[in-house]
Amino acid sequence: MLLFLEQLLNGLQLGVMLFLLAAGLTLIFGIMGLINLAHGSLYMVGAFSCASVLASTGSFLLAVAAGVAAAGLAGLVIESAIMRPLYARGHLDQVLATFGLILFFNELVRIVWGPRPLFIDVPDWLAASVEIFPGAGYPLYRLVIIGIGLAIALGMWWLVQRTRLGMLLRAGAADREMVAALGVDTRLLYAGVFMLGAMLAGLAGALAGPLFAVEVGMGEHILIQTFVVIVIGGIGSIRGALLGALLVGMVDTLGRAYLPTVLRLIAEPATADGVGSALASMLIYLLMVVVLVWRPRGLLPAHGH
Amino acid sequence: MIRNILTGTVLALALTALPAAASEPVKVGMITTLSGGGSSLGIDVRDGFMLAVEQGDGALGGVPVEVLIEDDGRDVGRSIQIAQRMMQREEVEIFTGIIWSNLALAAVPRILRQDALYISPNAGPAELAGEQCHPGYFNVAWQNDNLHEAMGQFVNDEGHDDVYLVAPNYPAGRDALAGFKRFYEGNVAGEVYTSLGQQDYASELATLRDADPDAVFFFLPGGMGINFLKQYDQAGLKGDIPLYGPAFSFDEGILSAAGDAALGVRNSSQWSPDLDNAANRDFVEAFQDRYERRPSLYASQGYDAARLLGSALSKVAGEIDDRDALYDALREADFDSVRGDFRFNSNQHPIQDIYVREVFRTEDGTLSNRIVDRAFSDHEDAYAGDCRLASD
Repeated sequence: MLLFLEQLLNGLQLGVMLFLLAAGLTLIFGIMGLINLAHGSLYMVGAFSCASVLASTGSFLLAVAAGVAAAGLAGLVIESAIMRPLYARGHLDQVLATFGLILFFNELVRIVWGPRPLFIDVPDWLAASVEIFPGAGYPLYRLVIIGIGLAIALGMWWLVQRTRLGMLLRAGAADREMVAALGVDTRLLYAGVFMLGAMLAGLAGALAGPLFAVEVGMGEHILIQTFVVIVIGGIGSIRGALLGALLVGMVDTLGRAYLPTVLRLIAEPATADGVGSALASMLIYLLMVVVLVWRPRGLLPAHGH
Repeated sequence: MIRNILTGTVLALALTALPAAASEPVKVGMITTLSGGGSSLGIDVRDGFMLAVEQGDGALGGVPVEVLIEDDGRDVGRSIQIAQRMMQREEVEIFTGIIWSNLALAAVPRILRQDALYISPNAGPAELAGEQCHPGYFNVAWQNDNLHEAMGQFVNDEGHDDVYLVAPNYPAGRDALAGFKRFYEGNVAGEVYTSLGQQDYASELATLRDADPDAVFFFLPGGMGINFLKQYDQAGLKGDIPLYGPAFSFDEGILSAAGDAALGVRNSSQWSPDLDNAANRDFVEAFQDRYERRPSLYASQGYDAARLLGSALSKVAGEIDDRDALYDALREADFDSVRGDFRFNSNQHPIQDIYVREVFRTEDGTLSNRIVDRAFSDHEDAYAGDCRLASD
């Protein structure tokens, strides 16, 4: 039972991490109609910037802020230099351009930081283990990630539902041309949205630094999962991104934890372990297929398309 | 078409008629991973190899060489393309450099089929050590299973009999655990295959803690190893359950990224910076002077590949066209390996000692490895018996 609760927390933590990436990606697609494969590169830029600032200043908070800022800046540059001419073009052109950006950023990071992975440790004041259930500790740092992720989700909800900017975002997602016709400066709006998405990706990268290897190409694995999240949740919808992220986080974590055990009931242990882990790594894609068959536009699609 | 063939033949005749002066350098094609994930391995192999070339002033064994280096980007298709281009356009007949077994299994047979020779500085898949062994294929590093086998033996020696196993779900991962179990005699507390490139191990670690084994053996190369080491430490498991693994998760690049999470962990390797022999002392010092970083085991493998080739080139005086003589010279392995004792088995894979190292903090505060034990003396791989080179 304790183990199950711990696995639920693990799933929640993976879920909020995916949400930070998915929120930006889905906003960019929903409002600007842009497929951004380079979102994982912004995550990587966030992690690398965080690592170098941490190494030179020793302050984790400053380092995370630097990661967010660096990714936001990179996002701004990408938006104005590469994306702007591509808004009017088809998705295929955007996919090609942003795929090129992945290769570009991988090489750039290798040139700037070298081929070896960088080091980020959990700061001392977060390195503790908290006994949330008697007898079972859970790393405080992972709890903090859950907290930050949920706070960001709440903040995003407030931004989208309760502010003037959010109104523009929702209107933009519903009908881009009409928003422009009403005199809204879409250039500014698009730049802002892209930068916000980039900063969220940078935050995810910086927060992931102490848990994961900070290495070239680190954004690609998680990018695929992020796309699964926004497809499941409904492209363009923040609520969908949150629901999708939590679902994917849970299904992935619980699948990895329990599928081999479940299969052991019906198969030889060796086969069960092999098939179970293979199946567990496919589980989120199976989930995506089921959701798409049942609700082709995702669980909580954005309105108005 | 016919004219081209004729011209080609005439040219070839003209070339063979020339005296075998050492004026034309011997071309060596290095296909390795220099960009993207895992590039630090390829860069280390390249730098180790080129260090030996630079020490010989552009020659190996006194024979001038021209090393053509190309990046395969860890891509199977690209490695094949590069090999074919080098063979056709540059007429390269000696190859080395491939890091990954899946690339080696695709590119190396094509190289051998063209009667070129290949010296592997890293990948040692079972197929090439056993049934597909070839007189033109030499592995100077290890057969893939060797370091895992050594750890299987060592955990027996340490008295563990309930060990939990973790590896990625791909051929080398399954081979790793099979290699470990070939020598490990105790009970397997659990066997987990994770997905390739996985970042988050929280779920696996919670299950592992619940299984309460007395030791953990893991094979997670590259970034996966960094993820696992950090999270194992953060989950508070490192103090409770001892961790063992092959050197692939403990090279110099990984140690600097994993930090204290790796401190004290024991790992198996055929090489260590503190191996006490003259060749190794020279190598470690020269590598540090030249590149301003500590060499990894991959760098040592690149260096040994170059020096093995040098020993053979010197024996045949740069005459690489007589393949049998060249193969014989390589088979003798008459060079001072940084590993000390080194010789080839009948399948042209190493017979060598395998050590157990421990991660420790050096005087300058960085992490490195030092030898604490020896798991095997003169260890042979399990596939040599399947190789029928002698009868060929």
